[in-house]
Amino acid sequence: MPDAPGLELIAGELNDAHPGSVLETYHDRGQACLIVDPGQVLAVLGWLRDTSGQEYWFLASLHAADYLPAEPRFGVHYELLNMARVERLRVRAALDDPGGDDLPELDSCVDMFPTAEFQEREAYDFFGIVFRGHPDLRRILMPEEYVGWPQRRDFPVGGEPVIFTHNEREVPRWYE
Amino acid sequence: MRREKIRALAPLEQPRSDQELRVRQLRARDLLRGDLEDEELQKHVEESVLATRLEKALNWGRANAMFPATFGLACCAIEMMSIVSPRYDIARFGAEAMRASPRQADFLILSGRVSIKMAPVVRRLYDQMLEPKWVISMGACSSSGGMFANYAVVQGADKFMPVDIHVPGCPPRPEALLYGFNKLQRMILGHPDPGWRSRYNAAGTEEWAREEAITTGGVDEYREARRVAKGAPPPPPDAGAA
Repeated sequence: MPDAPGLELIAGELNDAHPGSVLETYHDRGQACLIVDPGQVLAVLGWLRDTSGQEYWFLASLHAADYLPAEPRFGVHYELLNMARVERLRVRAALDDPGGDDLPELDSCVDMFPTAEFQEREAYDFFGIVFRGHPDLRRILMPEEYVGWPQRRDFPVGGEPVIFTHNEREVPRWYE
Repeated sequence: MRREKIRALAPLEQPRSDQELRVRQLRARDLLRGDLEDEELQKHVEESVLATRLEKALNWGRANAMFPATFGLACCAIEMMSIVSPRYDIARFGAEAMRASPRQADFLILSGRVSIKMAPVVRRLYDQMLEPKWVISMGACSSSGGMFANYAVVQGADKFMPVDIHVPGCPPRPEALLYGFNKLQRMILGHPDPGWRSRYNAAGTEEWAREEAITTGGVDEYREARRVAKGAPPPPPDAGAA
């Protein structure tokens, strides 16, 4: 785990190589995170993987998070691992919600990390984040024709109200 | 000695009054004495010996030689496996031959949560079972959605298929499942347990699934939607967010 100064060094070198890519750094409870401009995510991941001092070859996890009501709304997290030094680094691409019917978009890193194929499908299935360049972007866990993005914060939890005596008359078709 | 004119009761008809019962008794007496003529004799035999007894024998055979179709979906499947073990032996009730194929199975033990993706599959397999068939919904998840009150789990298998016995628990102990199975056996034999309804004077309050509430699982719609989804271009515009 790069400690806080090490993280700042990485962020500095990354900004030299790709200006404007790192927006913030975040170091909390021993976990290091780089918050990155979504347009340069592939460049950042490529730099972290290929630079001789860094060598984060292993993408442990690719997952998305919804930070509503904070802006930017979505974060796509890439958990990188350096197996030689056993250091984990998190890269968060901060995506905005385009609003209306449009979906947030990001470049796919399937060419760099083949494991991202299933994981990007999961991020698409549950948050509606479209990965440009993904070979087969479709739902993976929900039924194919499901409408809605279940893990977004404004999606209802679902299920049925439990029928107790105090609310049985208000529940529709309670007698069934 | 004067012989009474005996009226034959229809097969399987329960005598509605003491007089009808008396009539039947007299006919039995005549049978034993050899006084019944051919037609009346035949009717009597049909009614009292063959039909009722045969049905009871059939039901007894069904109840004691049931083949479960085990639908082990989730954690309840572990407890279902354990009823085949020697400690909670289901072989003493004759039901240890668990058939994987629905065509060979008598009843379905639906053990585990049914997700919305799995529901049409379960319904399809249930439809492939041959009559007579029964369903035991094992555990809380298949009875009512259990602890999963969310977008992905069907809140009770009742929503898409008829269920005869619900066994509560998370998971139900093997003894509880065996108790449910015994209850199903008594139901098949023709004397279902009235349960709490007999104690609370609630005899006519059972709710049976109405035909329009039980759908075919939407298999045709599901297939149509799959076809459309396969032929459709990549992601449709989001209709549910923001």
